[in-house]
This record gives sequence, C-alpha cells and structure tokens, in this order.
Amino acid sequence: MTRPGRTERKTRAPRPKHARTLSTMDKLTVVLMVVVPALIVTGLVWVPAISTVVLSFTDWNGIGNISDMNFIGGQNYVDVTSNYPPFGPAMEHNLIWLVVFFFGPTLLGIFLAVLLDREIRGSRIYQSIFFLPVVLSLALIGFVWQLIYSRDQGLLNAVFGGQTDWFGDPDINLWAVLVAAGWRHTGYIMLLYLAGLKAVDPALREAAAVDGATEVRTFFQVIWPVMRPVNIVVLVITVIESLRAFDIVWVINKGRNGLELISTLVTQNVIGEASRVGFGSALATIMIAISTVFIVIYLIQVMREQR
Amino acid sequence: MSPRTFGAGGVSAINVGRRTLLKGMLGAGALAGLSACGGGDGGGGGGEVTLGSNWSDEVPKKAIADMVKGFSGGGVKVNTIDHNSFQENINNYLQGGPDDVFGWFAGYRMQFFAEQGLIGDISDVWSDIGGGFSDAMKQQSTGADGKQYFVPLYYYPWAIFYRKSLWQEKGYTPPTTMDDLVALSTKMKTDGLNPIAFGDSDGWPAMGTFDYLNLRINGYDFHKELMAGEKPWNSNEVKAVFDAWREILPFHQPDALGRTWQEAAQSLLNKESGMYTIGMFAGQQFPEGPDRDDLDFFTFPEIDPAIGADVVEAPIDGFMMAARPRNEDGAKELLSYLGTAKAEDAYLKSDPNNIGAHDDADKTGYNALQQKGEQLVSGAKSISQFLDRDTRPDFASTVMIPSLQEFIRNPNDVDGLTKSIEDQKKSIFGG
Repeated sequence: MTRPGRTERKTRAPRPKHARTLSTMDKLTVVLMVVVPALIVTGLVWVPAISTVVLSFTDWNGIGNISDMNFIGGQNYVDVTSNYPPFGPAMEHNLIWLVVFFFGPTLLGIFLAVLLDREIRGSRIYQSIFFLPVVLSLALIGFVWQLIYSRDQGLLNAVFGGQTDWFGDPDINLWAVLVAAGWRHTGYIMLLYLAGLKAVDPALREAAAVDGATEVRTFFQVIWPVMRPVNIVVLVITVIESLRAFDIVWVINKGRNGLELISTLVTQNVIGEASRVGFGSALATIMIAISTVFIVIYLIQVMREQR
Repeated sequence: MSPRTFGAGGVSAINVGRRTLLKGMLGAGALAGLSACGGGDGGGGGGEVTLGSNWSDEVPKKAIADMVKGFSGGGVKVNTIDHNSFQENINNYLQGGPDDVFGWFAGYRMQFFAEQGLIGDISDVWSDIGGGFSDAMKQQSTGADGKQYFVPLYYYPWAIFYRKSLWQEKGYTPPTTMDDLVALSTKMKTDGLNPIAFGDSDGWPAMGTFDYLNLRINGYDFHKELMAGEKPWNSNEVKAVFDAWREILPFHQPDALGRTWQEAAQSLLNKESGMYTIGMFAGQQFPEGPDRDDLDFFTFPEIDPAIGADVVEAPIDGFMMAARPRNEDGAKELLSYLGTAKAEDAYLKSDPNNIGAHDDADKTGYNALQQKGEQLVSGAKSISQFLDRDTRPDFASTVMIPSLQEFIRNPNDVDGLTKSIEDQKKSIFGG
C-alpha cells in the first residue's frame, strides 16, 4: 500500500504551481457542486417544509400580504385533533393502507417476480400484463375502477347481481380502493424485484442446486440475503407509496366519506377556494412528522450497514 | 365541485365525469399556467380589454365568443381557462395579474372577494344597466358595503324534476305541500318506483336538498344569516331541517354516497326514479329530442304555510372586474355591454341551457323548460344561491360536505352532528 502512494507523491512533487491552479479550478468546481444542489435542496425542500411548519402556527387564508397573518400558537393543532372529525379516520386509513400494502401487494409482487424469474413460457406477456397498471396514471385507474365498482352501472354488481355500494359505503370503500391501488402497486414491486433477481449471479443458484438445496431453501437462504439492498428499496417504496397515497382516492370522491387520508385533507384545505392555509399546513406538518419517523429509521438502517 | 361546473350542454355523464376528474388532477399544475395567463398580456394595446373566461366547455365557450363579438367599444381578448382550475386557483389568480374582466358567481362568493379588496367597484356601471335587472338580481350583485361588484349573465333554478310521460301514465300530480310529497312518494314506492333520485358522491348535490328544506322551514332571512355564520348551527331551527330530511330520506335512492349526480339523473331518465331535486343542468343527461322535452319540474313544496314556497334557489353566473384593471375605462364599457339584453341574447342563443338574468332578455326562443324556469324565478320573492355560494368556501367544502354526507350515512345523531358543525364553524368564522 505504501508504494503506490509514494510514487504518486513523487510524480506530483515537481509541479506545485500547476497543482495550485488546478486547485482553484477544483475549488470552483467543488463550490459549484456544493452550492448549486444546496440551493436547489434549500429552495425546493427546506424552505417549503419550514414555511409549512411556520404557517401551521398562523391563521393565514392565502390572501393578502404575509404581514397580515396572525400567529395563533398551536390553535390549528388543537382544532385538527379535537375539532376536525375527518382527522382521526384519515390517520387510521393511512395506517391501514400501509399495513395492507405491505402484507398484500408487496409480498404478492415479490412472489410474482420470483415466478416470472423462472423463465416460464410467456413470461414477457405476464410481465406486461402485471406492469400495465403502473404505466397508467392513477387518475385513469380511478376511472377504470369506477366503471367496475359503480353501484348501479358497474361491472361487479352487474355480473354478480349484487347491490353493494362499493365506493359509497364507508365500511367497504377503503378496501375496494385498496384492491385498485394494490393492483397497481403489485406490478410496480414485481418489476423492481424482477430487475433485482435478474442481477443475481446465476452461479449462486447453481452452487445451491449442486449442494442439493430445494428451490424454496435456495430462495430464502441464498437469494434473499443477496437481495437485501433491493428489499430495503422495496420496503421504503411501500412506505412512501402508502403515506403519499392520494390520487386514486381524490379521483373517486375527493377523499371523503370513508376515504379520508392525510394527503387529501391537506389538499382540501390548502388548494382551491377554501384556502385554510394555516389549518392545512398544520395537517401537512403532521404528515411531515410521520414521514420523518420512517426516514430516520431508514437512514439509521442504511448507516448501520455502511459501518 | 359545484353545479355550475356543468354549464355546458349535451355532454354525457361519463365524459363529464372523466374530464372533471382529470382536470381536477391538473389543478395544481395549472397554477403556474394561470399566472402566466394573467401576467402575459400586460402590454395589451390601449383599447384592448382582457376577459378571463372560465366558460371552458365547448358550448358556453362559443356562446361567450358570440357575445363578445357584439361589443363595439374596442378589442376584447378572451383568455379561456379551464373551469375547475380557474375555480381552484381563484385566490392566486386575483392576487397575480387577473384579466380586466372575468367570470364568477354571485352571492357570498363574490362578496368574500369584495371584502378582501380583490375585485373592483362597478357601481357606476350599475347606474347604466341597473334598470334592466330585478331587485333580486341587484341584491345578488351587491357587496356587504352596498356597492355593486357583479354583472349577472344567467341563472339556472333548482327544483324537483320529473318525466311528464311517466307521471301521466301513473296519474301523479305535482305535490304542493310536504304531506303531498310524502303521500306521493309512498304511492311511488308501492308502484315499484324509487321515489326520489339521489346521488351525493361529489358532496355538493345534497346541499340543494338541505337548502330547500331550510328555506321552506326557516325562510330566506334565516338561510342568509345561517350561511353568514351569524346563527348557530346547533339551534332548534337547523335541527328541524335535519329532522324533516330524515322523514323523507327513506324515499331517496339508497346508497347515495357512492352515486354521482349523473347516475342519479339517469335513473330518472330510465324511469326507475320518480323525481329528482336538482338544478336545471340535469337536462344535460337527457338526450335531445323527446326525452329532454319530456322533462318537467315543480318547485320544492311548502312546509310551513307562514313561510310559503316563494324562495327559489337559482345560482347566478356573471362577470366581475379586477381591483386594478389595466384598462379600467374599457373594462367598464365592456361590463356595461355585458349587462345588456342584447349581449345576453347573443349568449343564450348558443347556450340555451340557462335563463337570461336580464329582464328584457329575449324569451321567444326559450324552450318550455326555460320558460317555466323564467316564470318560477321572476315570481320568486327572493333568490338564494346555493349553500356553497352563500357561505365561505372553506366552510362549505371542508365542513358542510363531510357533515351532510355523515348525516346521509347516519341520520339519527342530529344533536352530535349539529354540534360538530357549530364547533367547526366557530373555528373557521373566528368565533
């Protein structure tokens, strides 16, 4: 190890001048490379995030000068938790969403990926079919499922002759929506995991096979540990998708009547004529806080690994 | 989000649904586009006036163009903005560089912006055009400070709609009192019909039923005060409204929360439902020709004889002026023109799904439904707008929509519901 170091120093030694000019360039480059992303991150992430937190302590209605707004302390938070009936259900629904996504579509997607990785006949066709919903926008998916779930004109009730109000009954609609959203999430996870599986060194499998391991054992004891980075990505994506779940619910009924989610409550309050900016910001801040918990867990995990 | 979204004619349910949905998604994205619209035409020539139009559907868009053609006072540049995006971004629009003149709604929703100083006083325009409008129209164009801020274009009444042929066949007659309505509904049920069509998936259609019950039980003044946040929601008056609603709720189509208003209208079209409390735009769901001609309506029946049934809910659309227009003289001249019968005739010729707000608007071209609507409204003692137009928009959308849906889901806890509404109202209206 010492040798290459020395030779390097030797070759560089005779040109201190050159090195200095380079370092000015280097400095400039480094400064640019640090400052530009820092500005972008500050401008697009930190400033809005901190403004949201600050606004959540005001009664600003989005109209007029910022100087017109009044600081009202934690009143918005008190209102959110004690005087806003949709808030409790929204928290609950986000949690259900996360749990269902994890145990349903995510595991199913991984399972499908493992199956498709076995080069069965027509693998490409299956891949396309499962991946199709990912390509469609969620707004379109919402519309497609509306055709299926509509009480009076929907496919499901027409075929089974039922009267179930899939989207209107608050005890059912969340689950109906989860099927629709999960349909899409499955394809997403499948593709992600399939890409990971393709990258696994085939020699590992062969070695396992030679040692006489069964398929199941090979997967859990050889492939799964190798796939750890992909597993973490899949987990993180599942958490993120569950927290930011929004569009499909918004398309169906703007996140009301059994489909309340934190994200839709924020939108209802901030966007549009309503403009309860302060109140909506308080909701958004709560969402940031929850996300932060997951981000911190993720970061600790990643850092521990690097060490 | 609101009935006026469907101001265009002849669009099928699915089309409207999908387009509204997709456009809703674009709302946030359009924000940037909107401010660009407002700011981009700053250097317009001296005589040019800009008109921000939210009549973005095909039929009304053409009607606006036809109407503007008749203006002789200089060039008018029409900037058409998607209806829903315009509505969702109205705050940014008004604070950015709004067009000199732009389309909006009458009532509290106009007064709200007048109070914030975001729209211009056009009382002098009204001294020109005022003679052509009824007092009710003027009242709806006037801000809380007594000045005028709005030029009405058209309105569309809410009523109970039905199919003439079905009613003739079964021998039904329009009820005039609540008891008649209940008797009729009971009869329809025994005839195997669903008496009252109902769909509240979007949240706003139920507001029409609430408004009418409130107007018939407590009257127009109470409605105004309640909407303005001056009367408590947990009062006996409001509870009486919900109690009356609970009485007739079993006659409404079940599972209303999963059904769009378009689907409900189609159950009327298919003769599965007997009647439907909705705005005149319901006609859009009826194919032109014999089906649409078969549509008729009667006014919401009387409940308290002392209150009567002479208040009509008829949302009005029209124009306002920016607080600081780039071309104020031109803008006022344009508004004076827009407030004439001639301008309204030009509009209604291309969009016959509404009724002209001007007294002298040409009624000879009206179809039977329009004529009946015109008579209904001109005979009205007062015109109310609509729950989400008569109160603060944040209260309407974040409190009333979930609360009314909660009531439809569980009509038995009126005390808890009205208390919750009142608590939330206090926090929004500032106690």
